[in-house]
Amino acid sequence: MSTWQKLLNWFDERLGLTTIYSTVLDRKVPKVNWWFTLGSASMILFLLQGVTGVMLTVYYVPSPDHAYDSINYIMNEVAFGWLIRGIHHWGASLMVLVVFAHMLRTFYFGAFKYPRELTWITGVFLLLCTVGMGFTGYLLPWNQRAFWATTVGTSIAGAVPFVGEFINEVLRGGTDLSALTLARFFSVHIWWLPAAIIALIGVHMYMIIRLGISSVPTKED
Amino acid sequence: MSQTPHMGRREFVQLVTGFVGAVMGAVIGLPAIGYLISPATKRRQSEAWIPLGPLENYPVGVPTLFNFTRSKVNGWEKTVNSYGVFVVRHPDDSVTVLSNVCTHLACRVNWVPENQWFLCPCHDAQFGLDGQVLGGPPPRPLDSYTQDAVKIEDGNLFIFFKEA
Ligand code: HEM
Ligand code: FES
Repeated sequence: MSTWQKLLNWFDERLGLTTIYSTVLDRKVPKVNWWFTLGSASMILFLLQGVTGVMLTVYYVPSPDHAYDSINYIMNEVAFGWLIRGIHHWGASLMVLVVFAHMLRTFYFGAFKYPRELTWITGVFLLLCTVGMGFTGYLLPWNQRAFWATTVGTSIAGAVPFVGEFINEVLRGGTDLSALTLARFFSVHIWWLPAAIIALIGVHMYMIIRLGISSVPTKED
Repeated sequence: MSQTPHMGRREFVQLVTGFVGAVMGAVIGLPAIGYLISPATKRRQSEAWIPLGPLENYPVGVPTLFNFTRSKVNGWEKTVNSYGVFVVRHPDDSVTVLSNVCTHLACRVNWVPENQWFLCPCHDAQFGLDGQVLGGPPPRPLDSYTQDAVKIEDGNLFIFFKEA
C-alpha cells in the first residue's frame, strides 16, 4: 500500500470519507436527461459567485465616497480585476436564468409532487434569494444606473397599500437612497442572503440525497 | 490492472483528468493570485526630480524656504502631502538643501536670522546653517539632500525627492 493510500485510509477510518462519497455522489439515479443538470449548474454558479464575490470584497468599499472609485480601480488597475468582476457580473445574470430554468424543469417534470414538496418549497426560497442577490448587488457599483434602478426598485415596494411607504423606508434605510442604503444592501448581499442560500441549499440537498431524484414522467403519469 | 505494457484505459483517463485538472487549476489560480498580490507589484511613483526654480532666486548664505506638495495615490484614494526644504546657496554656487522637519518630533523649524540658527518652535531645538544640532533634544542633524540628489541644470535647481 502506498503512503498516500495509508494516509487516506487513516482519515477515512476516522471521518468516514467513503461513506460520505457513496451517499452523496454514488446515489442511484433514474435514467434522466440534460435538464436534470440544471440544479448542479445552479450550485456551481453559486460557488463561483461566492468565490469571485469574496475576491471583490478585497478591493470594493461600500461607501458612497469610494464605491464607484474602488470599482474603477478593480477594473483598470488591479491585475485580472476585470476578469473577476466580469465573472461575478455575468455570473449573476446567468445564475438567475439557470435557477429559473431549473425551477421550470422541476415544474414541468412534476418533480415537486409528494414526497418532494419541501424540496420545491426550499427551491422557491432559493429563487427568491437569488433574485434578491441580483437586486442588492446591482446597487453596489453606485453609478447612475445602479442608483436609479434601486430608486425605482425600492419605490415599487412603496406601492403596497398602507405599509408600502414603511417597507420602502426600511429597504432604503430612510426616505432617500443614501450611504445607509448602500451599506445595508452590501450587508444583505454579502452576509444575509448568502447565509440563507447556504442553509436552504443544505436542506434542498438533504432532501435530494434522502429521497433521490424523480424520474422522467412517463405517458401513464 | 494492466498486465500489458500498454497503458490501460483507466490509467489513461486518470492521467488526462489529472493533466486537464492541473491546467485548469493554473488558469484559474494564477490570475487569482495575481489579483490578490496586485498592489504589492505596482511600481512606486513618488520618486521624482522636483524643480525648485532658478538658482538666482536663492540669496547666498541665507537659508530660503521652498514649499512643495507631492500627491500619493493609494488605490482609489489620493493624499496630498506638503514638504518644505531650506535651500542654502554657497558663494561658489553649490547648495545645501535641508529638510525643515525637526529630527526630534517632526515639528517644522524656522530660520532665525538674528541668531543664525534654525529654531524649532516645539522644544526650542537649535540647528546650525549646515543642519548640525546646536542645542535641544534632537538626536541628529536636520536631514539633508546628498550631493547626487541635488542638481543644477541651465541655472535651475532640482532635488531628487524620495519617500522617507
Ligand atoms: C440556488 C438555487 C438552487 C440550487 C443550487 C439547486 C440545486 C439542486 C440540485 C443540485 C438538485 C438535484 C437534481 C437536479 O439537478 O435537477 C435539485 C433538485 C430539485 N430542485 Fe433545486 N436548486 C435551486 C433552486 C431551486 C428552485 C428555484 C426550485 C423550484 C422552485 C427548485 C426545486 C427543486 C426540486 C423540486 C428538485 C427535485 C428534482 C427531482 O427530484 O427530480 N430548486 N436542486
Ligand atoms: S520637535 Fe523640534 S525640538 Fe522637539
